[in-house]
Amino acid sequence: MCLAVPVKIVSIDGEMAETEIAGVRRRVSIAFTPEAKVGDYVLLHTGYAITVIDEAEAEETLKLLEEIASLSEVH
Amino acid sequence: MEFCGGHSGHTHAILRYGIRQLVPKTVEMRSGPGCPVCVTATADLDKAIALAHLPDVIITTFGDMIRVPGSYSSLQKAKAEGADVRIVYSTIDAVEIAQVNPEKSVIFIGIGFETTAPTIAASILKAQQDKTENFYILSLNKLTPPVMKALLDSGEIKLNGIVCPGHVSVIIGSHPYEFIPRDYGVACVISGFEPLDILLCIDKLVEQIEQIEKGDPRVEIAYPRGVKPEGNRKALQLMEDVFEIGEANWRGVGVVPQSGLEIRGKYERFDADKAFSVSLKPPREPEGCRCGDIIRGAAMPIECKLFRKVCTPESPVGPCMVSSEGACAAYYQYETVEEL
Repeated sequence: MCLAVPVKIVSIDGEMAETEIAGVRRRVSIAFTPEAKVGDYVLLHTGYAITVIDEAEAEETLKLLEEIASLSEVH
Repeated sequence: MEFCGGHSGHTHAILRYGIRQLVPKTVEMRSGPGCPVCVTATADLDKAIALAHLPDVIITTFGDMIRVPGSYSSLQKAKAEGADVRIVYSTIDAVEIAQVNPEKSVIFIGIGFETTAPTIAASILKAQQDKTENFYILSLNKLTPPVMKALLDSGEIKLNGIVCPGHVSVIIGSHPYEFIPRDYGVACVISGFEPLDILLCIDKLVEQIEQIEKGDPRVEIAYPRGVKPEGNRKALQLMEDVFEIGEANWRGVGVVPQSGLEIRGKYERFDADKAFSVSLKPPREPEGCRCGDIIRGAAMPIECKLFRKVCTPESPVGPCMVSSEGACAAYYQYETVEEL
């Protein structure tokens, strides 16, 4: 349940932000990460961004996830 | 021992990617009390189910809770019997349900660890700000470092190292674990959830354990893309505002002092424990189920006589098989009989 995934912030409206991951969009709260900016990657947990992660790290994680997904398809 | 069962947590990843088979036999991984649904005491589940049966109540909950059997029923059975039980993705959704159903009392079943507690605090603050008077929390939130202390104090299993939960640590940082290497001489490494993160974490733990004789156990962060030593100050501040620390009842471990979060007096009108009273029969554990031992790491799922026989994901007996985060569900899904 402590699952959290990196998502990219597309736009910000007060304490809420529009985010995107793999083409899926979701409105999330950025109440815990007031420093988050458009274009930042945040770790999303149950509708709340819990930390801002730097883009290079987030892309590394996404690349790994995609690799793992493609491996699962082969099997 | 890893403290995050997680659908994508450490136990799950260790089994899914064959990490148990990959590391030398001298490294034994044990799954600890890291699945929020599993550690919820039967008595607390019974309370949630009793609340669901009250008139004009809507129960909102994370999905995993719904199938977990209490002593006599489950939230799913209560729903089948006519109770209004709704699965939500976020506490934000629970507050919105309260706002569109002003004639109902909407109770959110507040399970989870430090990762989730700030989101529950935020929902209380949101309900207060919006003057939503029909929103309540059943606060069953639990804290990770105190239960680690309880397990270490019991001495039941001899741990050499702890894989500290990555997303709990995003919130609390690394400082709250410092008593573990200092007072118990046990290595701590905060890990991410990718297979490589976990291998890195095991490598760092083994390195520390080898050095312990020289006297240098410490808390290391092997998940720096998410975890800062000080944690998330804003989230901690919200938690501190809404909650005070109290005891909590853990399945398999019992009542652990200083390991739970209670809603502070100034927010008591959101506290389901204060707003509703239900009468409960004494809790009853499922016969033969060893979830409690498995949660403490004192038994492996295969050591339970029910595992894979009467207890399966389709027909689970205890919470460790119900929740996708539970150790039994993960072992059932990923380990072949020979490997066990």
